Amino acid sequence: MVAQAEDSAIRKYLLARGNSAVADRGFHWLMVLSALSIFGIVVLIASEMLVRSQLAWSKFGFNFFFKAFIDPYSKLPMYWDPVNGHFSALPFLYGTLVSSFLALLLAVPLAIGVAVFLTEMCPGALRAPLAFITELLAAIPSVIYGLWAVFILVPLLRERLNPFFIKTLGWTGFFGDDNPTGLGFVAAGIILAIMILPIISSLTREVMTAVPISQREAVLALGATRWEMIRMGVLRNARIGIVGAIILGLGRALGETMAVTMVIGNSPEIHRSLLANGSSMASVIANEFAEASGDLHLSALMEIGLALFAVTIVVNAFARLLVWAVTRGAPRQVH
Amino acid sequence: MQSEHRLRSRIRALSDGAATGLAVLSTLLVVAPLVAIFVYLIYRGASSISLAFFTDVPKPVGEPGGGMANAILGSAILLGVGSLIGVPIGISGGIFLAEFGRGTKLANAIRFTADVLNGVPSIVMGIAVYSLIVVPQGHFSAFSGGVALGIMMIPTVCRTTEEMLLMVPNAVREAALALGVPNWRSVLAITVKTASPGIITGCMLAFARVAGETAPLIFTAFGNVGWSARLDEPISALPLQIYVYALSPYDEWHRLAWAGSLVLIVLIVLAVSLVRYVTSRGVLKGAS
Repeated sequence: MVAQAEDSAIRKYLLARGNSAVADRGFHWLMVLSALSIFGIVVLIASEMLVRSQLAWSKFGFNFFFKAFIDPYSKLPMYWDPVNGHFSALPFLYGTLVSSFLALLLAVPLAIGVAVFLTEMCPGALRAPLAFITELLAAIPSVIYGLWAVFILVPLLRERLNPFFIKTLGWTGFFGDDNPTGLGFVAAGIILAIMILPIISSLTREVMTAVPISQREAVLALGATRWEMIRMGVLRNARIGIVGAIILGLGRALGETMAVTMVIGNSPEIHRSLLANGSSMASVIANEFAEASGDLHLSALMEIGLALFAVTIVVNAFARLLVWAVTRGAPRQVH
Repeated sequence: MQSEHRLRSRIRALSDGAATGLAVLSTLLVVAPLVAIFVYLIYRGASSISLAFFTDVPKPVGEPGGGMANAILGSAILLGVGSLIGVPIGISGGIFLAEFGRGTKLANAIRFTADVLNGVPSIVMGIAVYSLIVVPQGHFSAFSGGVALGIMMIPTVCRTTEEMLLMVPNAVREAALALGVPNWRSVLAITVKTASPGIITGCMLAFARVAGETAPLIFTAFGNVGWSARLDEPISALPLQIYVYALSPYDEWHRLAWAGSLVLIVLIVLAVSLVRYVTSRGVLKGAS
């Protein structure tokens, strides 16, 4: 009997493996270490960039983000002058904010429209292919969007749309006619909108599907039309999550580099006109970092990178919390 | 009274129709640019692609022909190094989240950090790796590019691995442990193996994402006009080459940029479709 047990495969196996406590503990710690490396990466990135931006920080301090050097002769602000060592992040902050804001303005209504259509109206047969297409939009690399924008969008803006904007909206001052290239904030905003649409719409969809069916049925039972059901039963319950999705899209737009670099025009200036050339925080790094003309220049670029890192972390963390609040928590009540 | 009621229902019906129309319209507006990008990409790419594209290195300006063979090799090497770093660490992190840390504060914090890290712009990764590796070494290198891509893969791989492992029923784990299998072995040979199709697609998703990344490579891999397969030398990559060629003033280079984009996009669409196929039979959330 005993001999038989010892011959069995399991018994043999159990004997052969020896004491597993050490192996188990080792395995556990290896996994913990790998997981902790994610913290490590964030800390490493932050500390490295902090150290490398010291030079610019000690020279310009907080003014780096708020003030610009005014040329004593021409009385014009010199925002970014690597030759004379004057650096200010102001035009890049402006460029990032304007292009991202334009992108949100264009993308948010469309993204919510798509999400509403896909969750509430779409015939079942169309849903999967359409969702797949929006997913594909998210998978196209930034540089290919940029390539497309350079050869299709920018010429289109230059030849047709910009003249139209200037003619009809020129009086507002936001559409000046001093940039004939077609590059600029509008081009960057449009391409950014196309790029952040999928993430906003897919998250909005996720949040809307999390709203319980009973909410929809309750509103319908009161005699609401489909739109009233969507508005009162779905959108209202999902609004916090939708705001989260929008902020997540904003986070994407703030840090988007390649496509923006290719179409924004890359000049470190602040113009009121949306058709003027500009530059964003990410695009100035992409353009100048590899050939920075000195330690201070490099350090200033690092500081812009650090600011970008900090801003995107805060924006993303906030957005994630909002999305979680809806998709993880209990179904919310109609007020 | 009657007519007022009728008017109100007319308005309600109209606004319902308008909302439906707007939703349909916005869907069309979203699908349109995708179709436009794809059609144009295939049209330009297919007319420019040739055998030479896959076998030749770039020619000097003005000479016709040339290809991106070195960039394709470079991308393969960079992605190889990236995967070697990103996949094991990502999967191990996912295993911790799903198997050991479930519900603990530490795991929640790590999950949250991974999600946030996912949203950090790739250009920031680029300059961070530049100052971590390129500056101490004193030169641009394929290795540093690979590290940058690897770091970017970790959060995606980690989160998808976790989601996949969570779908493995507890009974499977209990069965393994009841047989006296040590925990590490049960995790690797039973749980991870059960979830492996999902984990592999998660890795492919991360792979597809970083395959098209340009920003982190500008200051790390830097680009190279000739052949290079060494890890300590600057190396070319497909997206980098597309970027350089797209902004050049030469038609011949534009042609190559389109051909390169077509190759890249085919690669990525294949990966995404595969992910879609596998996940249509399971659930793969959190991998946006």
